[in-house]
Amino acid sequence: MTTQTYDKPLPIIDELSKPFWDHALEHRLSVQACTHCRHLQFPPSPVCPKCLSDEQEWLVVSGHATLLSWVKFHRAYWDGFMQDIPYDACLVQLKEGPIMVSNFSGPTPANVHIGMPLKVTFEHVTPEVALSRFTPA
Amino acid sequence: MSELHALKNKIAVVGVGHTAYGDFPLISDYGLGAQAFKSAISDCGLEKNEIDGLLVCRVPSYARMGEVLGLNPRWTMTLPGHGRMSGMSIIEAMLALETGAAKYVALIYTNIGRSRRVNYGGEDASSFWNPWGFTSPGAAHAMMFRMHMAKYGTTTRQLSEVSVAFRKHALLNPTAVMKKPITSDDHASARRITEPLGLLDYCLINDGAVCMILTTAERAKDLAKPPVLISGVGARDAFERSAISNFDQDFWYKEIKDAGTQAFEMAGVTHDDVDALMCYDNFSPTVLFSLEGLGYCGQGEAGAYVQGGTLQLGNKLPTNTDGGHLSNSYMQGWGLNVEAVRQIRGECGARQVADCNVVQYIASTPCTRSIIYTKG
Repeated sequence: MTTQTYDKPLPIIDELSKPFWDHALEHRLSVQACTHCRHLQFPPSPVCPKCLSDEQEWLVVSGHATLLSWVKFHRAYWDGFMQDIPYDACLVQLKEGPIMVSNFSGPTPANVHIGMPLKVTFEHVTPEVALSRFTPA
Repeated sequence: MSELHALKNKIAVVGVGHTAYGDFPLISDYGLGAQAFKSAISDCGLEKNEIDGLLVCRVPSYARMGEVLGLNPRWTMTLPGHGRMSGMSIIEAMLALETGAAKYVALIYTNIGRSRRVNYGGEDASSFWNPWGFTSPGAAHAMMFRMHMAKYGTTTRQLSEVSVAFRKHALLNPTAVMKKPITSDDHASARRITEPLGLLDYCLINDGAVCMILTTAERAKDLAKPPVLISGVGARDAFERSAISNFDQDFWYKEIKDAGTQAFEMAGVTHDDVDALMCYDNFSPTVLFSLEGLGYCGQGEAGAYVQGGTLQLGNKLPTNTDGGHLSNSYMQGWGLNVEAVRQIRGECGARQVADCNVVQYIASTPCTRSIIYTKG
């Protein structure tokens, strides 16, 4: 898919979030890690909310997660999602702790349930952006 | 240093007013705010120039509002148009009155979201949700309700009790936007929006304005209506886990419990003393989370608790007797606080709770607030 035809919202990539999106292009999922107290967090913040250190790095994580919840959108809040409704957005908890908003890699998984083990996949939606999605592990 | 508890019964609501609710494309925020203000002023019998404190919420400019009303207050404050801000505003006004920063505070809320087609969703420029198509406070509550269903066995049928009760109350309220009765079957067959939630789990979007006038209990004695006292308040925010806005994995249970306990202890009342509950209902699941956090039932038991009409007038815990945000008006908590005052005054006509002496307000959000009003 090219940027001309991709009409869903794209991330604003800034200094703080760039490592996440760079890793995603290489099919690696990452979260921010405090080099001082090792607290992991996502989305990224300018300082660690536990110890306020500004010494932070990005840690590539396993890509394993469990399903926390999901919602089926029957309304398109952006025109780009019009052809997809109804579509699922899900919330996953990474094995390493942080939670992330995502989608299932394909249709709603058979036997979908909270606590379902998942693993990450990536889809390149533009040359600059690969989106992490999750599929049953 | 004084304790907040020392403010028990020290501050009173002396005037309330609101506009009609609906779709008013030709009236500005300030026009609506002025109507509500006039109505509240006339309710308490004050001269408008006695107002020396002005708090506005969702009003674009405090200065323009003051100019429109011809006021020169000693104390002015503006807070954003978030539902959580109504309870926060009332507590701020209490503090201003207690310290003498103002003698009579007018709190004005305006909303023109209906006629100006405000969208709730699709505009929260979050690079960490939007690319995946996730947006809107409703979707965050749908995520939470799905978790509540899985964890506690709560059903959408149980959830329908909330919408059905509030609609029933709206039918007894002449100013309510919604006029048609609904059943649990209607709730089940309504258009899905963010499944498991459907249209009847969502609050309305309508125009309108509300004004409340507060002063000290001492000064309140001289005014037109019997004062309604603020007997207890409680507060707890939850910013640490708020990366996904309007979402909490634990349904803000600890925060609601904390805010509720503070309010009950300050007021010196218990659940059994509460004659009516005014519960922020942006989405129907919030009501279940609030009942559990406040301790009207055990954690995870709200689905069973609301079954059989518990929240309806005449039953165990009459809740949102004006129809709430689901069926009366989307005044972001302000309408519910006005209803609390009117219930205690005995002004509610067909929807009046008998012998109403104690009413609790709760808004369960990342900034949870509870207020307990009494006759004193």
